[in-house]
Amino acid sequence: MIPAPFEYSAPKTLEDALRLLERHGDEAKILAGGHSLLPLIKLRLAQPRYVIDIGRLRGMSYIREENGQIVIGALTSHADIETSSLLRSKCPLLVETAATIGDVQVRNRGTLGGSLAHADPAADYPASILALDAEIVAASTSGTRTIPAKEFFVDMLTTALRPGEILSQVRVAPLAAQTGTAYEKMHQPASGFAIVGAAGRVTLGKTGTIEQAAVGITGLGPKAFRALAVEKALLGKKASEKSFADAARLASEGVEPLSDLHASAEYRREMAAVYANRALQKAFSRAQGKV
Amino acid sequence: MATATRQVAKPSTHQIGKPLKRKEDPRLIQGLAHYVDDIVLPGMQYAAILRSPYAHAKIRSIDVSKAQAAPGVSLVITGADVRGSLGIVPCAAQIPDMKSAPRPALAQDRVRFVGEGVALVVATGRYAARDAVDLIEVDYEPLTPVVDPEKAMEKGSPVLYDEHKDNVAYRWELEGGDVKAAFKKADKVVKQRLVNQRLIPAAMEPRGVVAEYKPGERLLTVWSSTQIPHLLRTQIAAMLDVPEFSVRVITPEVGGGFGSKLNVYAEEGLIGYLAMRLGTPVKWIESRRENFQTTIHGRDQIDDVEVAFKKDGTILGLRVHVIADLGAYYQLLTPLIPTLTGLMASGCYKIPAIRVEIVGVLTNKMSTDAYRGAGRPEATYLVERTLDLVAAELKKDPADVRRKNFPKLSEFPYATPTGVIYDSANYPRSLDLALKLADYKKLRQEQAKARKEGRVMGIGLSTYVEICAMGPSSAMPAGGWESATVRIEPSGMVNIMTGSSPHGQGQETSFAQIGAEILGLEPDDVNVIHGDTSIVPYGIGTFGSRATAVGGTAVYKSLMKLREKLATFAGFLLEENPSKLVFENMKIYSKSQPKKSIGFGEVVAAAYTAKKLPPNMEPGLDATTFFEPTNFTFPFGAHICVVEIDKDTGDVHLTKYVAVDDCGNVLNPLLVDGQVHGGIVQSFGQAMMEEAVYDEQGQLITGELTDYAIPRAADMPWMETDRTVTPSPVNPMGVKGVGEAGTIGATPALANAVVDALSPFGVRHVDMPFKRERIWKLMQKGSRRAK
Repeated sequence: MIPAPFEYSAPKTLEDALRLLERHGDEAKILAGGHSLLPLIKLRLAQPRYVIDIGRLRGMSYIREENGQIVIGALTSHADIETSSLLRSKCPLLVETAATIGDVQVRNRGTLGGSLAHADPAADYPASILALDAEIVAASTSGTRTIPAKEFFVDMLTTALRPGEILSQVRVAPLAAQTGTAYEKMHQPASGFAIVGAAGRVTLGKTGTIEQAAVGITGLGPKAFRALAVEKALLGKKASEKSFADAARLASEGVEPLSDLHASAEYRREMAAVYANRALQKAFSRAQGKV
Repeated sequence: MATATRQVAKPSTHQIGKPLKRKEDPRLIQGLAHYVDDIVLPGMQYAAILRSPYAHAKIRSIDVSKAQAAPGVSLVITGADVRGSLGIVPCAAQIPDMKSAPRPALAQDRVRFVGEGVALVVATGRYAARDAVDLIEVDYEPLTPVVDPEKAMEKGSPVLYDEHKDNVAYRWELEGGDVKAAFKKADKVVKQRLVNQRLIPAAMEPRGVVAEYKPGERLLTVWSSTQIPHLLRTQIAAMLDVPEFSVRVITPEVGGGFGSKLNVYAEEGLIGYLAMRLGTPVKWIESRRENFQTTIHGRDQIDDVEVAFKKDGTILGLRVHVIADLGAYYQLLTPLIPTLTGLMASGCYKIPAIRVEIVGVLTNKMSTDAYRGAGRPEATYLVERTLDLVAAELKKDPADVRRKNFPKLSEFPYATPTGVIYDSANYPRSLDLALKLADYKKLRQEQAKARKEGRVMGIGLSTYVEICAMGPSSAMPAGGWESATVRIEPSGMVNIMTGSSPHGQGQETSFAQIGAEILGLEPDDVNVIHGDTSIVPYGIGTFGSRATAVGGTAVYKSLMKLREKLATFAGFLLEENPSKLVFENMKIYSKSQPKKSIGFGEVVAAAYTAKKLPPNMEPGLDATTFFEPTNFTFPFGAHICVVEIDKDTGDVHLTKYVAVDDCGNVLNPLLVDGQVHGGIVQSFGQAMMEEAVYDEQGQLITGELTDYAIPRAADMPWMETDRTVTPSPVNPMGVKGVGEAGTIGATPALANAVVDALSPFGVRHVDMPFKRERIWKLMQKGSRRAK
């Protein structure tokens, strides 16, 4: 790999990194695990003048409970998420999602924050982060602010992060009672990214109705989104395999699907329904306490 | 070192046929092996190449001044600089009335594919060279690219070469038997177009070249990741117009070739040229993108097939029209490869009349050339798909139709109408074994049940024959023999120097087994040397599944010569008839009086100390053989697989794979299994996912591993492999070759399984690769039709 020349810095603290980012503005790129930036600079599609490597910042890779929430440091690797016992018991959706990313090497290097901040339309986490109603913490020299997942993904490769901000943390609520989650994904055979990925979260009421349903979809359009039409069709309905299957057909409503070598827009639209259904069925089954 | 081992030598063992682990593996697994990129020489500079972004364009001008002035840059050259001083990329294939399509080492005023080298920078560092490439300014005048081979043949298509009136490189015909009569008397005729898509070999190690020139010795040493060190030496000498003794080629470890390194590339000439011109060593290492764009591609045929047959399934005649996309230029064997499809168009069947027409077409794409199987996978694919079309048409079991058309055992050696002679075979035996291993009857029952349940399951068969051990020199541009020198050193260690150039096949192990067997030693006492033109005798190289059958036979013959000489020495010392001596356990002893025995090392020492020489005997132990095969060999086999297709998505899952291969006698079953496994996986790649896609502008859109899918371990089920053994009569060890068998036999089995699965949807054929969307659409269409 021979990228165009750049100036490299590896600040020791988040504050230093933020100051550097503020100074260099648009000319700087943040490097965490490198799995989004390196492919771009390798082909010289991106030629940043400055690369700020935050991969060595201490204390930004953690998974812990804080004030009833689970908080995850931005530099936490996919492998750490995949193998976290805390997440396995309290937020299994992230564990399941991380396990589908790339291969072992990618999961050892890639980070949650890096993947979210890059906002690749085929990345896996966005679907789950949306379905979990997670919160994303952005840090800047003037402090931190919290962005709801629903507002975070703006467009292809574009997030609500402002210039000078670094994604520092992700917060999710622990799995509620009578709730099941699942992530189902069609792999692009070469890259392993999602042609379509669907994350489902289902909470059942005492009378067998659907109390809550959330569906996040990635890969279909230019950005990951919540399939609101599916959710609306499910809310308050009697939970059954059929009700989920019917609702899943609305998965692509309001979205203009992408089209590429690996899947046409038409096929992606159909597969969004198939995978939304698969994720919902699994989540439903788990909400009932089945494995 | 080996003394201790010798004293505790194990009891008599036969080394040939043992599943010995590869001697090569420890260094490869531990990262101790050396590839071209591991070579660092004092004062070495680095080359980077500016490549054409256009598929077809005129070069109006090139301004290298900024690049030349960039830090660390010592030289920038363009096509004009090498014109007259560096010859064209060689093509060894000649087909009558073939149009010329010579590739210059750097583009001369015109580029004809995306990735063609336009200018080259040499700098003191790899980064400096690459950065300076971006500073070269080229003024292109884009021309209309010719991408689709069928459109390329149309009147009015833009033409790649001003000196040609069209893009048809050649027309080649082959006919045997009375084809017209066969079609006339047929009960039925079926036609089908079959596309064998373009593939990218994607060796794990891209190409790389290091060259160093020593003016005092007038010696240019070139390290290259190649399959053909000697042919490369000859061609580099020709490109540079220097005597052949001024060039030494060394092949370090090669990280996969699959035919893509059975070639002579522009860069091999260029880097040699630069080392001589600059007086410093120069290194060039191909990037993955360059590897995809500018290392040869494989396959790329459109085959229109017409088969004539009787109601009982007997095939009477076959017509094949091949459109072969050759790309923009000829590499070493480009025009020749499609003709191998013609030679093997009979498959393992008795087809009395065959006509093959091949049209080679020039397009604005990378050249096609030999890729694992090289023309034979295409032949097997078209024959095996055709057999299934016949079975489907007659509603017969595909296994029965195959059996019906096998030549009788008494007909071997069997001469096909395409002019080749199959050495030996027993096709029913391999098919029967495969059917048994797969439990074929039960599979069909399971399939019937699955269909009732609404599942989509398919079973695919392929019975193949291939041509390998290439080959008699009459059929090979540079000769088809192979060389081997065996030298027993005074210490008793055996060095085998082979003209083969193994790069993953494991001949350091299997040739050592031959040596150990013949001389009664352990394989560790036998060392195999290859890939250095200054050490090993001139050789042809490793390709066409030839290293064991041709190269191994040369090794065998040299060893036998030395065995005879050793026996003479031992007989002289033991006062025993040499023909009565046995070589075993590092000893040579009399068969009838085993006490008459002498250590192997003692005899070797006697041959070197030369104190008491047998009459008319020279000292020393060194023998060379150039083995010329009298025929090719024709390995064969039967593959059966099962696929299950996800109705909702079109995903094809391979659930079972059974391969029965017959490659004659086996030197090392582990190596054979490894070759079969790898070949099947590569076939799976072609069948399911691989496809080099160029867009209408001639841009390679599958230009990276993120878009060009290759199979991974997790895609494969357990592969059940077994063998039948039908020795080849054309070489003394009775071996045939197995390097390409998997790639030849497996693809049609996979295709037949997918078509079989889809047959309830009214599908008669579907082209590879079987990507989900393609399959899903067929099922959607079929379901709608059924309603």
